[in-house]
Amino acid sequence: MMPGMQVPSHVEYERATSLEHALTLLAGPDARALAGGHSLIPMMKLRLAAPELLVDINGLTELSFIRLDGDELRIGALTRHADLLGSAVAGEYFPILTDAERVIADPVVRNWGTIGGSLCQADPSEDLPAAFAALRATVVIRGAGGVRTVPVREFHVGPYETVVGPGELLTEVRVPVLPRSSSAHLKVHRRAGDWPVAAAGAVLRLGGPAAAPVVEAAGIGLTAVGAPHFVAAEAEEFLRGRPADEESFAAAGAIAADHCRPVADQRGPEDYKRHLAAELTARALRQAAARALGEA
Amino acid sequence: MQVTVTVNDTEYTREVEPRLLLIHFLRDELGLTGSHWGCDTSNCGACVVWLDGTPVKSCTVLAVMADGRAVRTVEGLERGGQLDPVQQGFMECHGLQCGFCTPGMMMTARWLLDRNPDPTEAEIREAISGQICRCTGYENIVRSVRWAAGHSAPEATEATEVTA
Repeated sequence: MMPGMQVPSHVEYERATSLEHALTLLAGPDARALAGGHSLIPMMKLRLAAPELLVDINGLTELSFIRLDGDELRIGALTRHADLLGSAVAGEYFPILTDAERVIADPVVRNWGTIGGSLCQADPSEDLPAAFAALRATVVIRGAGGVRTVPVREFHVGPYETVVGPGELLTEVRVPVLPRSSSAHLKVHRRAGDWPVAAAGAVLRLGGPAAAPVVEAAGIGLTAVGAPHFVAAEAEEFLRGRPADEESFAAAGAIAADHCRPVADQRGPEDYKRHLAAELTARALRQAAARALGEA
Repeated sequence: MQVTVTVNDTEYTREVEPRLLLIHFLRDELGLTGSHWGCDTSNCGACVVWLDGTPVKSCTVLAVMADGRAVRTVEGLERGGQLDPVQQGFMECHGLQCGFCTPGMMMTARWLLDRNPDPTEAEIREAISGQICRCTGYENIVRSVRWAAGHSAPEATEATEVTA
Protein backbone atom coordinates (compact mmCIF):
# COMPACT_ATOMS: atom_id res chain seq x y z
CA MET A 1 0.00 0.00 0.00
CA MET A 2 1.17 3.48 -0.85
CA PRO A 3 2.66 5.73 1.81
CA GLY A 4 0.28 8.50 2.73
CA MET A 5 -2.84 6.53 1.96
CA GLN A 6 -5.82 7.04 4.16
CA VAL A 7 -6.32 4.21 6.61
CA PRO A 8 -8.90 4.11 9.39
CA SER A 9 -7.47 3.54 12.85
CA HIS A 10 -7.92 0.21 14.56
CA VAL A 11 -11.57 -0.61 15.18
CA GLU A 12 -13.68 -3.52 16.36
CA TYR A 13 -16.68 -4.73 14.36
CA GLU A 14 -19.93 -6.39 15.35
CA ARG A 15 -22.94 -7.23 13.27
CA ALA A 16 -26.25 -6.40 14.91
CA THR A 17 -28.71 -9.28 14.62
CA SER A 18 -31.72 -7.36 15.96
CA LEU A 19 -32.62 -3.81 16.89
CA GLU A 20 -32.26 -4.68 20.58
CA HIS A 21 -28.84 -6.18 19.90
CA ALA A 22 -27.82 -3.00 18.04
CA LEU A 23 -28.94 -0.80 20.92
CA THR A 24 -27.02 -2.93 23.43
CA LEU A 25 -23.87 -2.74 21.33
CA LEU A 26 -24.29 1.00 20.73
CA ALA A 27 -24.45 1.58 24.47
CA GLY A 28 -20.82 0.47 24.74
CA PRO A 29 -17.95 2.98 24.86
CA ASP A 30 -17.38 4.91 21.64
CA ALA A 31 -19.58 2.71 19.45
CA ARG A 32 -20.92 3.97 16.13
CA ALA A 33 -23.67 2.60 13.94
CA LEU A 34 -22.46 1.57 10.49
CA ALA A 35 -25.04 1.47 7.69
CA GLY A 36 -23.97 2.49 4.18
CA GLY A 37 -20.75 3.86 5.63
CA HIS A 38 -20.46 6.44 2.88
CA SER A 39 -20.04 9.26 5.38
CA LEU A 40 -18.53 7.37 8.31
CA ILE A 41 -15.82 5.42 6.46
CA PRO A 42 -14.41 8.55 4.75
CA MET A 43 -14.43 10.28 8.15
CA MET A 44 -12.57 7.31 9.61
CA LYS A 45 -9.99 7.38 6.82
CA LEU A 46 -9.33 11.03 7.59
CA ARG A 47 -9.20 10.13 11.31
CA LEU A 48 -11.93 12.67 11.94
CA ALA A 49 -13.81 9.71 13.40
CA ALA A 50 -12.10 6.91 15.30
CA PRO A 51 -14.77 4.81 17.00
CA GLU A 52 -13.76 1.81 19.06
CA LEU A 53 -16.62 -0.30 17.78
CA LEU A 54 -18.58 -0.34 14.55
CA VAL A 55 -22.07 -1.77 14.87
CA ASP A 56 -23.11 -2.96 11.41
CA ILE A 57 -26.88 -2.51 11.12
CA ASN A 58 -27.17 -3.52 7.46
CA GLY A 59 -28.83 -6.78 8.46
CA LEU A 60 -31.73 -4.98 10.18
CA THR A 61 -34.01 -5.12 7.17
CA GLU A 62 -36.97 -4.08 9.35
CA LEU A 63 -35.46 -0.58 9.21
CA SER A 64 -35.70 -0.45 5.41
CA PHE A 65 -39.16 0.61 4.26
CA ILE A 66 -41.16 3.42 2.68
CA ARG A 67 -44.89 3.33 3.38
CA LEU A 68 -47.88 5.54 3.73
CA ASP A 69 -49.43 5.14 7.17
CA GLY A 70 -52.51 7.28 7.79
CA ASP A 71 -51.52 10.89 7.18
CA GLU A 72 -47.77 10.22 7.35
CA LEU A 73 -45.14 8.85 5.03
CA ARG A 74 -42.80 6.65 7.06
CA ILE A 75 -39.25 6.08 5.83
CA GLY A 76 -37.00 3.58 7.59
CA ALA A 77 -33.53 4.83 8.49
CA LEU A 78 -31.83 2.01 6.58
CA THR A 79 -33.63 2.90 3.33
CA ARG A 80 -31.06 3.44 0.59
CA HIS A 81 -31.02 6.70 -1.35
CA ALA A 82 -31.74 4.76 -4.54
CA ASP A 83 -34.90 3.31 -2.99
CA LEU A 84 -36.19 6.72 -1.94
CA LEU A 85 -35.39 8.08 -5.40
CA GLY A 86 -37.29 5.22 -7.00
CA SER A 87 -40.26 5.34 -4.63
CA ALA A 88 -43.52 6.13 -6.43
CA VAL A 89 -45.34 6.98 -3.22
CA ALA A 90 -42.61 9.36 -2.04
CA GLY A 91 -42.55 10.99 -5.47
CA GLU A 92 -46.31 11.40 -5.55
CA TYR A 93 -46.67 13.07 -2.16
CA PHE A 94 -43.26 14.66 -1.73
CA PRO A 95 -41.56 15.51 -5.03
CA ILE A 96 -39.01 17.48 -2.97
CA LEU A 97 -37.56 14.13 -1.90
CA THR A 98 -37.26 12.88 -5.47
CA ASP A 99 -35.74 16.20 -6.56
CA ALA A 100 -33.20 16.02 -3.74
CA GLU A 101 -32.31 12.37 -4.21
CA ARG A 102 -31.69 12.86 -7.90
CA VAL A 103 -28.79 15.21 -7.09
CA ILE A 104 -27.38 13.53 -3.98
CA ALA A 105 -23.94 12.06 -4.66
CA ASP A 106 -24.09 9.71 -7.69
CA PRO A 107 -26.03 6.59 -8.65
CA VAL A 108 -23.48 4.13 -7.26
CA VAL A 109 -23.17 5.93 -3.92
CA ARG A 110 -26.97 6.14 -3.75
CA ASN A 111 -27.14 2.34 -4.00
CA TRP A 112 -25.55 1.93 -0.63
CA GLY A 113 -25.80 5.22 1.30
CA THR A 114 -28.82 5.48 3.61
CA ILE A 115 -31.39 8.09 4.57
CA GLY A 116 -30.64 7.70 8.27
CA GLY A 117 -26.91 7.96 7.66
CA SER A 118 -27.34 11.19 5.74
CA LEU A 119 -29.38 12.74 8.53
CA CYS A 120 -27.03 11.55 11.27
CA GLN A 121 -23.92 12.71 9.46
CA ALA A 122 -25.37 16.23 9.88
CA ASP A 123 -23.09 17.62 7.21
CA PRO A 124 -23.96 21.32 6.91
CA SER A 125 -24.02 20.89 3.11
CA GLU A 126 -26.20 17.78 2.98
CA ASP A 127 -29.43 17.99 0.93
CA LEU A 128 -31.73 15.71 2.93
CA PRO A 129 -31.67 17.64 6.22
CA ALA A 130 -32.90 20.70 4.32
CA ALA A 131 -35.58 18.73 2.47
CA PHE A 132 -36.88 17.08 5.63
CA ALA A 133 -36.71 20.40 7.50
CA ALA A 134 -38.82 22.02 4.79
CA LEU A 135 -41.30 19.15 5.18
CA ARG A 136 -41.36 19.53 8.98
CA ALA A 137 -40.61 15.84 9.35
CA THR A 138 -40.11 14.14 12.67
CA VAL A 139 -37.53 11.50 13.40
CA VAL A 140 -37.86 8.45 15.62
CA ILE A 141 -34.95 7.63 17.90
CA ARG A 142 -34.75 4.39 19.82
CA GLY A 143 -32.66 3.61 22.86
CA ALA A 144 -32.63 1.19 25.76
CA GLY A 145 -34.96 3.58 27.57
CA GLY A 146 -37.58 3.47 24.84
CA VAL A 147 -38.64 5.55 21.87
CA ARG A 148 -38.65 9.29 21.40
CA THR A 149 -39.71 11.43 18.49
CA VAL A 150 -37.94 14.68 17.68
CA PRO A 151 -38.89 17.33 15.11
CA VAL A 152 -36.20 17.25 12.45
CA ARG A 153 -35.79 21.00 13.01
CA GLU A 154 -34.48 20.17 16.49
CA PHE A 155 -32.50 17.10 15.40
CA HIS A 156 -29.40 18.88 14.10
CA VAL A 157 -27.72 20.84 16.85
CA GLY A 158 -24.66 21.92 14.89
CA PRO A 159 -22.30 20.86 12.13
CA TYR A 160 -21.88 17.07 12.36
CA GLU A 161 -23.92 17.02 15.57
CA THR A 162 -27.35 15.59 16.28
CA VAL A 163 -29.41 14.85 19.39
CA VAL A 164 -28.83 11.11 19.00
CA GLY A 165 -27.07 10.04 22.19
CA PRO A 166 -24.87 7.08 23.10
CA GLY A 167 -26.84 3.86 22.95
CA GLU A 168 -29.42 5.40 20.64
CA LEU A 169 -30.27 4.80 17.00
CA LEU A 170 -32.26 6.84 14.51
CA THR A 171 -34.77 4.34 13.15
CA GLU A 172 -37.30 6.26 11.09
CA VAL A 173 -38.35 9.55 9.51
CA ARG A 174 -42.01 10.52 9.40
CA VAL A 175 -43.33 13.14 7.02
CA PRO A 176 -46.81 14.62 7.41
CA VAL A 177 -49.03 14.48 4.32
CA LEU A 178 -50.77 17.81 3.79
CA PRO A 179 -53.74 18.42 1.51
CA ARG A 180 -53.37 20.85 -1.41
CA SER A 181 -49.64 21.06 -1.03
CA SER A 182 -46.54 20.29 -2.99
CA SER A 183 -42.83 20.77 -2.87
CA ALA A 184 -39.58 21.11 -4.80
CA HIS A 185 -35.82 21.05 -4.22
CA LEU A 186 -33.21 22.81 -6.34
CA LYS A 187 -29.47 22.63 -6.10
CA VAL A 188 -26.50 24.26 -7.79
CA HIS A 189 -23.37 22.16 -7.78
CA ARG A 190 -20.12 22.36 -9.67
CA ARG A 191 -20.20 18.86 -11.09
CA ALA A 192 -22.20 15.64 -10.83
CA GLY A 193 -21.96 14.14 -7.38
CA ASP A 194 -20.54 17.18 -5.64
CA TRP A 195 -21.91 18.86 -2.57
CA PRO A 196 -24.05 21.88 -3.34
CA VAL A 197 -22.72 25.39 -3.67
CA ALA A 198 -26.19 26.08 -2.32
CA ALA A 199 -29.54 24.29 -2.39
CA ALA A 200 -33.08 25.19 -1.39
CA GLY A 201 -36.21 23.16 -0.81
CA ALA A 202 -39.73 24.52 -0.53
CA VAL A 203 -43.02 23.08 0.65
CA LEU A 204 -46.22 25.05 0.11
CA ARG A 205 -49.71 24.46 1.36
CA LEU A 206 -52.12 26.62 -0.58
CA GLY A 207 -55.58 27.96 0.23
CA GLY A 208 -57.96 30.46 -1.34
CA PRO A 209 -59.49 30.30 -4.80
CA ALA A 210 -57.61 28.48 -7.57
CA ALA A 211 -57.38 31.72 -9.55
CA ALA A 212 -55.77 33.58 -6.66
CA PRO A 213 -54.14 31.03 -4.35
CA VAL A 214 -52.84 32.08 -0.97
CA VAL A 215 -50.02 30.55 1.05
CA GLU A 216 -51.48 28.85 4.11
CA ALA A 217 -48.17 27.44 5.23
CA ALA A 218 -44.65 27.38 3.84
CA GLY A 219 -41.61 25.29 4.66
CA ILE A 220 -38.23 26.39 3.34
CA GLY A 221 -35.06 24.39 3.80
CA LEU A 222 -31.62 25.70 2.89
CA THR A 223 -28.34 23.86 2.86
CA ALA A 224 -24.67 24.83 2.51
CA VAL A 225 -25.41 28.47 3.34
CA GLY A 226 -25.31 28.44 7.14
CA ALA A 227 -29.06 28.55 7.75
CA PRO A 228 -29.81 27.65 11.39
CA HIS A 229 -31.23 24.11 11.52
CA PHE A 230 -31.33 24.20 7.68
CA VAL A 231 -34.43 26.44 7.89
CA ALA A 232 -35.31 29.88 6.47
CA ALA A 233 -37.76 30.65 9.28
CA GLU A 234 -38.19 34.38 8.56
CA ALA A 235 -39.08 33.73 4.93
CA GLU A 236 -41.60 31.07 5.96
CA GLU A 237 -43.22 33.51 8.38
CA PHE A 238 -43.30 36.24 5.72
CA LEU A 239 -45.14 34.02 3.25
CA ARG A 240 -47.95 32.94 5.52
CA GLY A 241 -51.23 34.44 4.25
CA ARG A 242 -49.65 36.13 1.25
CA PRO A 243 -50.65 35.54 -2.36
CA ALA A 244 -48.82 32.57 -3.87
CA ASP A 245 -47.32 34.69 -6.62
CA GLU A 246 -44.03 35.72 -8.11
CA GLU A 247 -43.73 38.86 -6.00
CA SER A 248 -44.14 36.96 -2.73
CA PHE A 249 -41.69 34.26 -3.78
CA ALA A 250 -39.00 36.74 -4.83
CA ALA A 251 -39.42 38.63 -1.57
CA ALA A 252 -39.23 35.40 0.42
CA GLY A 253 -36.03 34.50 -1.42
CA ALA A 254 -34.49 37.86 -0.51
CA ILE A 255 -35.45 37.38 3.14
CA ALA A 256 -34.00 33.86 3.16
CA ALA A 257 -30.74 35.19 1.71
CA ASP A 258 -30.58 38.00 4.29
CA HIS A 259 -30.90 35.61 7.19
CA CYS A 260 -28.48 32.87 6.15
CA ARG A 261 -24.76 32.95 6.89
CA PRO A 262 -22.81 31.45 4.00
CA VAL A 263 -19.05 31.07 4.29
CA ALA A 264 -16.68 31.51 1.37
CA ASP A 265 -14.87 28.31 0.40
CA GLN A 266 -13.64 26.48 -2.69
CA ARG A 267 -17.23 26.21 -3.90
CA GLY A 268 -17.76 29.94 -4.08
CA PRO A 269 -17.63 33.35 -2.39
CA GLU A 270 -20.15 34.47 0.19
CA ASP A 271 -22.05 36.92 -2.05
CA TYR A 272 -22.53 34.29 -4.75
CA LYS A 273 -23.90 31.79 -2.25
CA ARG A 274 -26.24 34.43 -0.86
CA HIS A 275 -27.41 35.18 -4.39
CA LEU A 276 -28.06 31.48 -4.93
CA ALA A 277 -29.97 31.22 -1.64
CA ALA A 278 -32.36 33.96 -2.83
CA GLU A 279 -32.73 32.67 -6.36
CA LEU A 280 -33.07 28.98 -5.51
CA THR A 281 -35.59 29.73 -2.75
CA ALA A 282 -37.75 31.74 -5.16
CA ARG A 283 -37.50 29.08 -7.86
CA ALA A 284 -38.27 26.22 -5.46
CA LEU A 285 -41.33 28.11 -4.18
CA ARG A 286 -42.47 28.78 -7.74
CA GLN A 287 -42.12 25.12 -8.67
CA ALA A 288 -43.82 23.91 -5.49
CA ALA A 289 -46.76 26.25 -6.18
CA ALA A 290 -47.05 25.11 -9.78
CA ARG A 291 -47.07 21.49 -8.67
CA ALA A 292 -49.64 22.15 -5.93
CA LEU A 293 -51.89 23.77 -8.53
CA GLY A 294 -51.40 20.90 -10.92
CA GLU A 295 -49.55 23.06 -13.43
CA ALA A 296 -46.31 21.12 -13.30
CA MET B 1 -11.73 -11.56 12.25
CA GLN B 2 -12.62 -14.30 9.80
CA VAL B 3 -14.70 -13.46 6.75
CA THR B 4 -16.10 -15.62 4.00
CA VAL B 5 -16.95 -13.82 0.79
CA THR B 6 -18.14 -15.36 -2.46
CA VAL B 7 -16.32 -13.56 -5.26
CA ASN B 8 -17.26 -14.40 -8.83
CA ASP B 9 -18.89 -17.64 -7.63
CA THR B 10 -15.83 -18.76 -5.67
CA GLU B 11 -15.91 -18.78 -1.88
CA TYR B 12 -12.89 -17.27 -0.11
CA THR B 13 -12.22 -17.33 3.63
CA ARG B 14 -9.62 -14.99 5.07
CA GLU B 15 -8.56 -13.48 8.38
CA VAL B 16 -8.80 -9.69 8.10
CA GLU B 17 -8.73 -6.57 10.23
CA PRO B 18 -12.14 -4.87 10.43
CA ARG B 19 -10.64 -1.68 9.01
CA LEU B 20 -9.57 -3.37 5.78
CA LEU B 21 -11.38 -1.92 2.78
CA LEU B 22 -13.12 -4.26 0.34
CA ILE B 23 -10.99 -2.99 -2.57
CA HIS B 24 -7.80 -3.96 -0.72
CA PHE B 25 -9.29 -7.31 0.26
CA LEU B 26 -9.99 -8.06 -3.39
CA ARG B 27 -6.64 -6.83 -4.68
CA ASP B 28 -4.20 -7.68 -1.91
CA GLU B 29 -5.79 -10.70 -0.22
CA LEU B 30 -7.34 -12.41 -3.24
CA GLY B 31 -5.03 -11.12 -5.98
CA LEU B 32 -7.99 -9.91 -8.04
CA THR B 33 -6.34 -6.77 -9.34
CA GLY B 34 -8.90 -6.05 -12.05
CA SER B 35 -10.75 -3.65 -9.76
CA HIS B 36 -8.70 -0.50 -9.42
CA TRP B 37 -7.95 1.54 -6.34
CA GLY B 38 -8.25 5.14 -7.44
CA CYS B 39 -9.21 8.22 -5.47
CA ASP B 40 -9.95 6.39 -2.20
CA THR B 41 -12.71 8.97 -1.55
CA SER B 42 -15.69 7.37 -3.37
CA ASN B 43 -15.48 9.96 -6.14
CA CYS B 44 -13.80 8.25 -9.10
CA GLY B 45 -15.55 4.89 -9.34
CA ALA B 46 -12.52 2.89 -10.52
CA CYS B 47 -13.22 0.48 -7.63
CA VAL B 48 -16.87 -0.27 -8.47
CA VAL B 49 -17.83 -3.91 -7.88
CA TRP B 50 -21.18 -5.54 -7.23
CA LEU B 51 -22.12 -6.39 -3.66
CA ASP B 52 -25.08 -8.77 -3.57
CA GLY B 53 -25.89 -7.71 -7.12
CA THR B 54 -25.64 -3.95 -6.64
CA PRO B 55 -22.74 -1.72 -7.75
CA VAL B 56 -20.85 -0.14 -4.85
CA LYS B 57 -17.63 1.78 -4.51
CA SER B 58 -15.44 -0.77 -2.80
CA CYS B 59 -13.05 1.85 -1.37
CA THR B 60 -15.91 2.86 0.91
CA VAL B 61 -17.01 -0.59 2.02
CA LEU B 62 -15.19 -2.62 4.66
CA ALA B 63 -14.29 -6.19 3.77
CA VAL B 64 -16.06 -7.37 6.93
CA MET B 65 -19.30 -5.82 5.63
CA ALA B 66 -19.08 -8.27 2.71
CA ASP B 67 -18.86 -11.30 5.02
CA GLY B 68 -21.43 -13.85 3.86
CA ARG B 69 -22.26 -11.78 0.80
CA ALA B 70 -21.56 -12.18 -2.92
CA VAL B 71 -19.17 -9.92 -4.81
CA ARG B 72 -18.80 -9.70 -8.56
CA THR B 73 -15.75 -8.02 -10.02
CA VAL B 74 -14.64 -7.26 -13.54
CA GLU B 75 -12.94 -10.68 -13.60
CA GLY B 76 -16.43 -12.16 -13.31
CA LEU B 77 -17.83 -10.46 -16.40
CA GLU B 78 -16.49 -13.05 -18.80
CA ARG B 79 -18.56 -16.24 -18.84
CA GLY B 80 -17.38 -19.57 -20.17
CA GLY B 81 -14.55 -18.01 -22.14
CA GLN B 82 -16.91 -15.52 -23.77
CA LEU B 83 -16.41 -11.84 -23.18
CA ASP B 84 -19.42 -9.99 -21.87
CA PRO B 85 -20.90 -7.76 -24.61
CA VAL B 86 -19.83 -4.78 -22.48
CA GLN B 87 -16.21 -5.92 -22.66
CA GLN B 88 -16.61 -6.56 -26.38
CA GLY B 89 -18.15 -3.10 -26.80
CA PHE B 90 -15.22 -1.40 -25.08
CA MET B 91 -12.92 -3.21 -27.54
CA GLU B 92 -15.00 -2.43 -30.61
CA CYS B 93 -15.58 1.23 -29.82
CA HIS B 94 -12.23 2.13 -28.27
CA GLY B 95 -13.90 2.61 -24.88
CA LEU B 96 -10.60 2.84 -23.05
CA GLN B 97 -7.36 4.70 -23.37
CA CYS B 98 -5.26 4.23 -20.22
CA GLY B 99 -7.81 1.70 -18.91
CA PHE B 100 -7.78 2.80 -15.30
CA CYS B 101 -11.50 3.64 -15.05
CA THR B 102 -12.52 0.72 -17.29
CA PRO B 103 -13.31 -2.00 -14.71
CA GLY B 104 -15.63 0.31 -12.78
CA MET B 105 -17.22 1.64 -15.95
CA MET B 106 -17.89 -1.87 -17.21
CA MET B 107 -19.42 -3.09 -13.93
CA THR B 108 -21.80 -0.14 -13.84
CA ALA B 109 -22.59 -0.58 -17.54
CA ARG B 110 -23.45 -4.26 -17.10
CA TRP B 111 -25.76 -3.40 -14.20
CA LEU B 112 -27.45 -0.67 -16.21
CA LEU B 113 -28.03 -2.97 -19.17
CA ASP B 114 -29.43 -5.72 -16.95
CA ARG B 115 -32.10 -3.25 -15.81
CA ASN B 116 -32.46 -1.20 -18.94
CA PRO B 117 -31.42 -3.19 -22.03
CA ASP B 118 -31.81 -0.23 -24.39
CA PRO B 119 -30.63 2.87 -22.53
CA THR B 120 -30.47 6.29 -24.16
CA GLU B 121 -27.20 8.18 -24.26
CA ALA B 122 -28.51 10.39 -21.43
CA GLU B 123 -29.33 7.34 -19.29
CA ILE B 124 -25.84 5.94 -19.84
CA ARG B 125 -24.27 9.27 -18.89
CA GLU B 126 -26.41 9.43 -15.75
CA ALA B 127 -25.47 5.85 -14.80
CA ILE B 128 -21.72 6.55 -15.02
CA SER B 129 -21.95 10.06 -13.54
CA GLY B 130 -20.21 8.87 -10.39
CA GLN B 131 -17.23 7.63 -12.36
CA ILE B 132 -14.34 9.61 -13.73
CA CYS B 133 -12.33 8.94 -16.88
CA ARG B 134 -9.23 11.07 -16.60
CA CYS B 135 -8.50 10.49 -20.28
CA THR B 136 -11.91 12.18 -20.78
CA GLY B 137 -12.89 9.35 -23.08
CA TYR B 138 -16.57 9.58 -22.24
CA GLU B 139 -17.81 9.74 -25.83
CA ASN B 140 -16.37 6.35 -26.63
CA ILE B 141 -17.41 4.88 -23.29
CA VAL B 142 -21.00 5.83 -24.04
CA ARG B 143 -20.65 4.38 -27.56
CA SER B 144 -19.24 1.17 -26.10
CA VAL B 145 -22.21 0.76 -23.79
CA ARG B 146 -24.57 1.47 -26.70
CA TRP B 147 -22.73 -1.19 -28.70
CA ALA B 148 -23.24 -3.66 -25.85
CA ALA B 149 -26.94 -2.76 -25.73
CA GLY B 150 -27.23 -3.91 -29.32
CA HIS B 151 -25.48 -7.18 -28.56
CA SER B 152 -27.11 -9.33 -25.90
CA ALA B 153 -25.49 -12.03 -23.77
CA PRO B 154 -23.12 -14.50 -25.49
CA GLU B 155 -25.72 -17.30 -26.04
CA ALA B 156 -28.14 -14.92 -27.72
CA THR B 157 -25.39 -13.42 -29.85
CA GLU B 158 -24.51 -16.86 -31.24
CA ALA B 159 -28.14 -17.57 -32.03
CA THR B 160 -28.44 -14.28 -33.89
CA GLU B 161 -25.38 -15.07 -35.95
CA VAL B 162 -26.78 -18.45 -36.95
CA THR B 163 -30.07 -17.05 -38.15
CA ALA B 164 -28.53 -13.99 -39.83
